[in-house]
Amino acid sequence: MRQKNYLGCVKKLALCATVLLLSGCDSMVLMNSKGQVGAEQKYLILTSTWLMLIVVIPAILMTLIFAWKYRASNKQAKYSPNWSHSNKVEAVVWGIPCLIIVALATLTWKSTHALDPHKPIDSDVAPINIQVVALDWKWLFIYPDQGIATINQIAFPKDVPVNFQVTSNSVMNSFFIPQLGSQIYAMAGMQNSVHLMANEAGTYGGMSANYSGHGFSDMTFTALAMNSPQEFDEWVNKVKASSETLGRNEFEKVAEPSQKNPVEYFSSVEPHLFQNIIDKFAKSMGMAGTGE
Amino acid sequence: MFGKLTLSDIPYHEPIIVGAVGAMILGGLVLVAALFYFRKWTYLWKEWLTSVDHKKIGIMYIIVALVMLLRGFADAFMMRSQQLIATSGSEGVLPPHHYDQIFTAHGVIMIFFMAMPFMVGLMNIAVPLQIGARDVAFPFLNSLSFWLFAVGALLINISLAVGEFAQTGWLAYPPLSGIQYSPGVGVDYWIWSLQISGIGTLLTGVNFFVTILKMRAPGMTLMKMPVFTWTALCTNVLILASFPILTATVALLTLDRYLGTHFFTNDMGGNQMMYVNLIWAWGHPEVYILILPAFGIFSEVVATFSKKRLFGYTSLVYATVAITILSFIVWLHHFFTMGSGANVNAFFGITTMIIAVPTGVKIFNWLFTLYQGRIEFSTPMLWTLGFLVTFSIGGMTGVLLAVPGADYVLHNSLFLIAHFHNVIIGGVVFGYIAGLNYWFPKAFGFKLNEKLGKCSFWCWIVGFFTTFIPLYALGFMGMTRRLSHTNNPDWIPMFVIAEIGVFIILCGIAFQLLQLFVSVKNRKQNLDLTGDPWGGRTLEWATSSPPPFYNFAETPVVKERDAFWDMKEKGIDHKKPTQYKPIHMPKNTPAGLIISAFSLTLGFALIWHIWWLAIVSVIGIFVTFIVRTCNDDIDYYVPAEEVERIENQHFQKMTNQA
Repeated sequence: MRQKNYLGCVKKLALCATVLLLSGCDSMVLMNSKGQVGAEQKYLILTSTWLMLIVVIPAILMTLIFAWKYRASNKQAKYSPNWSHSNKVEAVVWGIPCLIIVALATLTWKSTHALDPHKPIDSDVAPINIQVVALDWKWLFIYPDQGIATINQIAFPKDVPVNFQVTSNSVMNSFFIPQLGSQIYAMAGMQNSVHLMANEAGTYGGMSANYSGHGFSDMTFTALAMNSPQEFDEWVNKVKASSETLGRNEFEKVAEPSQKNPVEYFSSVEPHLFQNIIDKFAKSMGMAGTGE
Repeated sequence: MFGKLTLSDIPYHEPIIVGAVGAMILGGLVLVAALFYFRKWTYLWKEWLTSVDHKKIGIMYIIVALVMLLRGFADAFMMRSQQLIATSGSEGVLPPHHYDQIFTAHGVIMIFFMAMPFMVGLMNIAVPLQIGARDVAFPFLNSLSFWLFAVGALLINISLAVGEFAQTGWLAYPPLSGIQYSPGVGVDYWIWSLQISGIGTLLTGVNFFVTILKMRAPGMTLMKMPVFTWTALCTNVLILASFPILTATVALLTLDRYLGTHFFTNDMGGNQMMYVNLIWAWGHPEVYILILPAFGIFSEVVATFSKKRLFGYTSLVYATVAITILSFIVWLHHFFTMGSGANVNAFFGITTMIIAVPTGVKIFNWLFTLYQGRIEFSTPMLWTLGFLVTFSIGGMTGVLLAVPGADYVLHNSLFLIAHFHNVIIGGVVFGYIAGLNYWFPKAFGFKLNEKLGKCSFWCWIVGFFTTFIPLYALGFMGMTRRLSHTNNPDWIPMFVIAEIGVFIILCGIAFQLLQLFVSVKNRKQNLDLTGDPWGGRTLEWATSSPPPFYNFAETPVVKERDAFWDMKEKGIDHKKPTQYKPIHMPKNTPAGLIISAFSLTLGFALIWHIWWLAIVSVIGIFVTFIVRTCNDDIDYYVPAEEVERIENQHFQKMTNQA
């Protein structure tokens, strides 16, 4: 009797959870990816899960069925107190997981190379370059080709690959736009990279995915994926209209720790600023800081 | 005189801390007063504080573990509540300075000061008994290990009252944990509590490794050892191989912070990636240090309560050994997103998946032990069944995270948090509580209340899923870990469900405490007079409950794998020997306690830069150690008559029972 009550409870909870999960599907940004990389990752997550369920579902069912069938009160069930070895069972319990892992390993090898964050995205369109600097606690974005810089906002046209070069001016952070795909660590003195592309126009939230101190929770930015290159050009012009510029001295001021930093635009930026930020950590030992 | 320590370092202006510290001090004062009132100081000193008896040390480990579980859970409760409140632009009740200490402390406490001592405690209680030994190989070292660990636990609690704790995450990644970005004493508390308790853990590793290899009863070959002892052996091998890495890594960070070296700084050639690699070269084996003994407990429980021989013993042993070795070549999966090349990431992804094979084999071995058994749904068995279901899911999400392509979006998300709580609660915690219920009658001589134990189990498992399924979902919603406040309306329903789950787990913990209280109160009704309350299979059930301090009057001789079961079948269990012999035993010593007390002042002095105190403490440690080393009066013989008297009492009890 009591057992039934428990089961009833569990069922109700499971039902609630399912309903919530389904209704929340739009907010499941990883399952609702708007980027090419992210879409492939969604497919990878689903495929791997299905593969593993081949073992996991039988394991869970067997637990419940065996526990019920061989309960002490069920005297009809067969009882073999000394049965403790079977080559057939051993072959299956080693064999099936091995086969699944072989399949998963193949999938892993291929997908890790296909989704390598350092690998540029194949496209006929010339990519947009954005240099990303993690600061305490905000993101500085430099557009080297356009000669502009922003804080906590980026823009790029959809269907155009974006090459992000990533570093940090202080502690370790992780540069991440969940709805577009892969993240990558931002570390001082080093240049990292990630390549992303939006398939749909929209405004996507970005953040740091690696805890970096007290201002971490507000270290967010927005990524504007625009409908057309023209729209992007308009945005660039808007940034260029800003009265602020980013030279070496201005950078030192910007790099001071601050929280909940608003979006800022800089109409021009000192050439090689990004490389200088990297080099200043490496130079003290005479080492080049370009190792990826 | 007091180094960096000033009166302003005591956070008397923060009501939550004042409340917590006040309660701790009050509790301590009540305890001290009670000890005076009931005149129990001598008893406490002679029977517990200076004891080198592995069973008593085991009990003390578990008491500290349960206390720290409450502290760690309080942190978890505050974190979940903060995330529930601090949405839509609200800052909640905990400012980042406080919140960041809480999530750091939660991780450190739950791994180092809850799970580790719980595991070492169970190992202390069960392993020497399972192998038919009279104590561990180095009883004094065992006492020292415990007290060093206790000092670590004490330091982390002192940080609540004096100064602050680290605000870096539980692994204190530099450069954030370096002196430039964390100039306060928080990281120093982290360093010294880990270093001091880490030495204790390493000594435990040495001790049990030697004990298991050298002190097994005659006839117990390696392949006749109980599975729990096998998993304990592998865990101690892992401790021996991995804890020195932790010690060295933290020492390098210490040099960076204290002497201005540049191992892990941003500039001057420091390499933060080296720290991350090293800490996980310890960190990944560490999770297997915790889970392997839990696997051992499940193996014992599932065979005992299915009334059946364990299925596939050889297979289980080889799977355990395989996991032990493989656990050292997977560490990079903790940071696929650092930017390694595709070949490196794919290699570590695949090695990680390979671990799923022996782990899956273990699950199926337990399932086929259930198959054609006579299953008794006792509390330990319920925890085991709950584990089989929960852990299968946690294993699956773990393999998913091992696929680098998937990890690039799931890394550091709440999906990751849900995954490792899924395996640590569903595997480690369920296992240890199963072990506590299973071995409690052995350690104390009476059983725990079954009804309350079952209530606790159902609350824990329902609470677990209610809390962590929403966290899995939040991971897919793009929420990252360690956020002190958020601003996304879609996440709020998940926070609400998770908070409900925390309350259900709270009920589970309350039932556990109630279970302990009621069981102690009604112990007369649940006495275990035979020493074998469950119909056990291994040697620990061959002696009385609680066992005499020498464990076995006569060293058992092992013929079969399930040694005690075999004896019962042959009718040679509990046979009175014709003649008793004197037993060689170690004497109690306060040396471990004294060395650890000096370690506490040393740790505190180093944290606050009180150099004179540090020097005094180091001298104290060395002098105590030398005095102890020069002491030859460390052992004695229990006379045969005394052994006979104690044994006769036990036989008398058993006849009365029959």
